[in-house]
Amino acid sequence: MTRRQTITGLISMVVAFVLFVVPFLFVLINASKTAQDASQLDFSWPERWVFWENLVTTVQTRDYALLLAYWNSIVITVGAITLLVIFGAMVGYIVQRRPNRVTRIVYIITLSGLMIPPAVVPTIWLLQEINLFKTLHGMIFIQVAYGLGFTVLLYRNFIGTIPRELDEAAIIDGAKPWQVFFRVVLPLLKPVTVTIIVVQSITIFNDFTHPLYYLPGRDNITVQLTLYNFQSQFVSQMNLLFMNIMLITIPPLLVFIFFNRQIVAGMTSGAVKG
Amino acid sequence: MSAQARKSPYPYWFVLPAGLIFVIFFLVPTVTSFYFSLTYWDPFEARFAGWDNYVQFFSEPYLIQGTVNTLIFAFLTSGLKTALGLLLAVLLTSGMLGQSLLRSIIFFPVLVSTIGVGILFKEMMHPTDGFLNIVLDSIGLSKVGFLTNPSLALFSVALVDVWRGVGLATLIYIAGLATIGQEYYEAARIDGATRWQQFWRVTVPLVRPATTTVIILSLIGGLRLFDLIWAMTGGGPGFSSDVLASVIYKQYQAGFWGLSTAGNVILFLMIAFIVAPLAYWLNRRAIDA
Repeated sequence: MTRRQTITGLISMVVAFVLFVVPFLFVLINASKTAQDASQLDFSWPERWVFWENLVTTVQTRDYALLLAYWNSIVITVGAITLLVIFGAMVGYIVQRRPNRVTRIVYIITLSGLMIPPAVVPTIWLLQEINLFKTLHGMIFIQVAYGLGFTVLLYRNFIGTIPRELDEAAIIDGAKPWQVFFRVVLPLLKPVTVTIIVVQSITIFNDFTHPLYYLPGRDNITVQLTLYNFQSQFVSQMNLLFMNIMLITIPPLLVFIFFNRQIVAGMTSGAVKG
Repeated sequence: MSAQARKSPYPYWFVLPAGLIFVIFFLVPTVTSFYFSLTYWDPFEARFAGWDNYVQFFSEPYLIQGTVNTLIFAFLTSGLKTALGLLLAVLLTSGMLGQSLLRSIIFFPVLVSTIGVGILFKEMMHPTDGFLNIVLDSIGLSKVGFLTNPSLALFSVALVDVWRGVGLATLIYIAGLATIGQEYYEAARIDGATRWQQFWRVTVPLVRPATTTVIILSLIGGLRLFDLIWAMTGGGPGFSSDVLASVIYKQYQAGFWGLSTAGNVILFLMIAFIVAPLAYWLNRRAIDA
């Protein structure tokens, strides 16, 4: 490493620290202050550290709404991801293995979901008609529908790298189509499945807009909505607002630390081939 | 054909479970939205209205402003993310000290809750007490109403959106830069190209697939953006930072479902008529180059 590279590196780290780390420190410090101290909104050291008290108060707000929100968000995320992985892989498999006009149309329609903004009010109307409005399972289906484009795109590309000879060997041995898929192909999709699980779970967990529309109601609160709903209540208690921001930032931070590589793979897929 | 289809080891019914969910929860609402956008629709009934909702959309000043703001916001953030993303990617692949740490730091905001980011910056941009204004004040500059000044609010939100999204653009560019062989740079150096020339004549043309991805992704994201604006300004002050997505939500809340759906269709058409031709054009240029 040249002297110049060391110096640019040091300067960049200072700049990146100020621009990207300081805001998060700001959250952490203010989440540790008393209400009066935090109302200054400055960067001073807390007069008194009340981190734990703030944590407990925030969790207890509105009858432990945050815990309920965590539960709801986890149910939606886990449910949607399970369906996305199994059903999405099945679509990617057929689209890749059986290239013809039908599957090409299926693929294009699926990918159109990546671009087209969902028509929210007609969706609400439809959910009401089939009694799924304001229900967790309705929300799960919505997240599956919205996440399908990304999932099928990744699976299709990855299945292209798995030799057809493997399927053919199983077929010759007398395996049924679903056996070929579930016993032979699906286990081989593990790397891309991990990527999909990580990226989609962050997307679904962080989703604010769609629960706001399709999942109103006290008992249906999700993690992102706690912050939004508590805003008015915390207006004179900035310390609790920042504690809340911190509490909903922790899950993505943990995922980021453990699955950095898969996130990068998922987020950049398609970038190189254009 | 049917006998062959039955025998295929790759049966069509595999697409059914996902297809059913996709059709019911995505395609049906999308298709019916065209009809509902032509109705006076509220929680109780839908009456045919012809083009009234669209006429209203293009005659009420605040609705026009929402449409114009959407375009300003999308093109501004997309342009900034593309330019900054490329520069940062070049910097972060130059072999300098701590570059993998820096990549992680810049990328992390992409994963953080948008609402969290929005509320954090709303507090930091508070017109009198916000941290940013305390800093401006302490270095002798006057305080800025980042989110309270109607002519600034949209741009303040755009800046935060760039802060939040530039990490993804950088990441995509880093992946793109990795595909450019070193021999191109060697050849350029032998021909006496300066670093500046190498950047414009080698890096920029060869990284074009990544550029296409960054522009398209950030443009779609910018046109559809709702949560950040809603958390930071709620479309205000007045209607100065309203975009189509926030108009759709407000009209829905007010019970004007038909008008809200017309906004949705306009957003759809905007994306279809801007993004699709642009993607086609960018991809074609990539083949030419």
